[in-house]
Amino acid sequence: MATVASATTNETVAPEPGALRRVGHTIAHVMSTPLGAIGVILVVLIVGMAILAPYVVPYNPTAINVKARLADPSLAHLLGTDQLGRDLLSRVIVGTRTAMTVALTSLSVAIALALPLGMIAGYGPRWLDGLLILVFDSISSLPMIMLGLAIVVLLGPGVSTVILVIVLYSVPSYARLVRAQTLSLKTRDFIKAEQAMNAGTPRILFRHLLPNVIGPLLILACLDISTVITLEAGLSFLGLGVKPQIPSWGNILSDGFAVIRNSAVPVVAGGVPLILATIGFTFFGEALRDALDPKLNPERKP
Amino acid sequence: MSATPALIEATKLSVDVPAKWLPFARVKPLSILLDVSLAIRSGEIVCMVGESGSGKTTFGRALLGLVKPSSGRITLEGAALADFSAKSFRAVRRQAALLFQDPLSSFNPRQRIGAMIAEPRRIARSGSTRMEDLVALAQQVGLSERFLSRFPHALSGGQARRAAVARALSVIPKLIVADEPTAGLDVSVQGGVLNLFLELREQHRTAFLVITHNLSVARHIADRIVILYLGRVVESGPASEIFRAPKHPYTRALLDSEPVPDPAKRRTEPPVLGEVPSIAARPEGCEFHTRCPFAQARCRVEAPTLADEPGHRQVACHFPLPAASAAAVRGLHVVSR
Amino acid sequence: MSAPVLEIHNVSVSYGGVVPAVVGVDLTVGPGEIVGIIGESGSGKSTLAHSILGLLPKAARVRGDRFVLAGNTILDADRTTLSVLRGPSAAMIFQNPMAAFSPIHTLGKQLVDLLWRDRDQTVATKRERIIAALKQVGIPDPMGKLDAYPFQLSGGMLQRVAIAAALLMRPALLVADEPTTALDVTMEAQILHLMRSLRKTAGVSILIISHHLGVIAEICDRVAVMYAGQIVEEGAVETIFSDPRHPYTQALFACEPALIPTGVGRLPVIAGEVPRPGGTGCDFAGRCRFTEERCLTLSPPWVSASADPRHHARCHRSKP
Repeated sequence: MATVASATTNETVAPEPGALRRVGHTIAHVMSTPLGAIGVILVVLIVGMAILAPYVVPYNPTAINVKARLADPSLAHLLGTDQLGRDLLSRVIVGTRTAMTVALTSLSVAIALALPLGMIAGYGPRWLDGLLILVFDSISSLPMIMLGLAIVVLLGPGVSTVILVIVLYSVPSYARLVRAQTLSLKTRDFIKAEQAMNAGTPRILFRHLLPNVIGPLLILACLDISTVITLEAGLSFLGLGVKPQIPSWGNILSDGFAVIRNSAVPVVAGGVPLILATIGFTFFGEALRDALDPKLNPERKP
Repeated sequence: MSATPALIEATKLSVDVPAKWLPFARVKPLSILLDVSLAIRSGEIVCMVGESGSGKTTFGRALLGLVKPSSGRITLEGAALADFSAKSFRAVRRQAALLFQDPLSSFNPRQRIGAMIAEPRRIARSGSTRMEDLVALAQQVGLSERFLSRFPHALSGGQARRAAVARALSVIPKLIVADEPTAGLDVSVQGGVLNLFLELREQHRTAFLVITHNLSVARHIADRIVILYLGRVVESGPASEIFRAPKHPYTRALLDSEPVPDPAKRRTEPPVLGEVPSIAARPEGCEFHTRCPFAQARCRVEAPTLADEPGHRQVACHFPLPAASAAAVRGLHVVSR
Repeated sequence: MSAPVLEIHNVSVSYGGVVPAVVGVDLTVGPGEIVGIIGESGSGKSTLAHSILGLLPKAARVRGDRFVLAGNTILDADRTTLSVLRGPSAAMIFQNPMAAFSPIHTLGKQLVDLLWRDRDQTVATKRERIIAALKQVGIPDPMGKLDAYPFQLSGGMLQRVAIAAALLMRPALLVADEPTTALDVTMEAQILHLMRSLRKTAGVSILIISHHLGVIAEICDRVAVMYAGQIVEEGAVETIFSDPRHPYTQALFACEPALIPTGVGRLPVIAGEVPRPGGTGCDFAGRCRFTEERCLTLSPPWVSASADPRHHARCHRSKP
């Protein structure tokens, strides 16, 4: 709007906020909506719990005490115990750590792989684009569970197997997003301007394309964290994921499911954190998306 | 003409829309630009004028290899480019800067203006990128220091245009290709950009290819004018001569169409009816005959060639307008005398 | 003379009640009259035009003593009443005709939908009316265009369709915001010619907004020059172009490249930028070459500027 634009011309101009202040600004914007605030609180709680897990657990989460099996919640065991007498609260807390390890590791690896692959597909020669798209499509055409099963059979269950399955599952869709972004940015004038200035391909890719594609990718990954946690829980529930003795939300659910006729507490104890994490990361991701959209969050207001 | 080779010369440059290859039908390639020849000397300002779809923007981009020419030759200071690969165009890009029609779109939205105007120096690995030198660069185009830390979206149209010029001047180019340099600017600031061009030419003998549809801008800064219609040159020559006595009916129509800021000189009838034909359906014969008020039978069947006329002029018309009819041209030259 | 089509008196528009965009504007458009508004970007000319159509964002506050459009006072009416009043009284055409149409529907469907108020008419009747309107604006093969999509037409042709669409509303006032800025000169000439003929063939008054002096000179009867949200000079187009009295108008004309002889070397500019409206003294004082003491403190009066009784300027130096 012309009138609004003219209003900015006479102001005394403060320097643009620095990177740190911009992060602060973004977080403030995320917190400014109720759902965003809920998201931030849940994410901070979950991540904090994952980091501090070894220091806050009341009991050893793998210590078996058959005499105290399936105890009801009490002051000694706030969530009771499971069928092997392990303290459920401790298992839930350490399960958070497992979930976060799996989610953050696998998504970081997926991003690290998808960024270069997607940018090469979008910016590179057309035959390479075709080849990469073929590979991505082939992978995504495989049924997720079958792929997971095949890998587990080959490598055996475990945290790293789960991570591998998730990476394999996420890279194609992330790379496609990066490629689509790259393709549309490639025709934009500012990339043409770089070419006209004789900028080399690495400079265009890393200094100009990368900062513009990484934002949407981070947001997608953030929204995916909840899916990944569910996936880990699902694989573990099926016995294909994390080894049974290691506490994970999926294992808690799986164990609780077997004894659900005796007590519903283990299922609830495994399910509620999963639901909260899903809600938290989804809200956080959606608020982050709005906060990073320059149209919805103008850095400088008139 | 002098013996020194032109700074840059395009010979019979053509650009095609990439033809789509289908299993059963080969679609004929569409030509955006057809056999355009143009030489620009140091310190010369050439204006390329035409309606949208005339290929003027494409020509500017093809010179720098941002659009790949399909045939023709580009000669830089007497040395012809070996081919039209990105590698060959590096030589041109080292000497030339491009000003985009929309300056805002030519800035990385996540890069501050300071980093942006330093970019050509960083790429060329020459020139200082220290803060005080960037401030000096910005001040050269009339932007104060405070703009260096701003992001592009915080600039007004005029400021963005200046920032784009600052970037072009970062490594002093021998040629500036300016695509509609006054588009979207108020008349009160248009002059500032054009004055900047004139100063550059004086100080550094920078050559300019100014692509514009604004004839009054061309009238003030152009040494030479090239008129494009459907990707072909229909008339070219010294600016003063073309404004005084256009030879091609299309040039004449453009001059007549320009609204004159004088209510006493209102036209009664629109001078050219109809609109630019599509490049997918080029008319037979002279491609302007469908809109030409002087078209005759010959124009419908036989395409005119671009022929040399006295006074370094060229025109592609079977029946060039006689100089006598120039007096009837309403508008611009009347003001300019 | 019959009642004016648009009559506004002392109208101000502000955003959020604090940022003024238009300050105390008086403007009248008579029947069959073509009135132009010129000014730089930021002068408030678009805000003024949008206020007539009720197209301002919700944060905008319109206040004034009088705001009468085709006999209806629209200042204190609520939004629903406004849309009923404004619908048939005024229509607008925009700078970018491509943006005025939905890309996924045919022009015929969009134009028929536009006539939703006429519930008693069949689609066939509406199509007849549309074809007649398209003919009126000089579109060849109007029947065929009904089945065309917007992207199949050139910008100039689409602007004609936009004008036809506006005329279908049988408006008393057509507001045109930079209607030819996105078009080529040959197309611009045709559209201006069409608009000038419309006042006879469609009996419509036109308020045209442009920063292009040539366009204003070409079709207007009367001109208002806007600066920083105020009208600083107004008069018959011949008077304004031959004898501009406000220093801003003079400076604007001095910058117009078409009016400058070739070979002058440096082209003139107006240094500085349009300030935020509503400061003390004269808003142009910061850029004016005649600025005196009183210009900085006193708001200049709206006074008669020349022998032409309709010629007024807002300047201390203009003698009443």
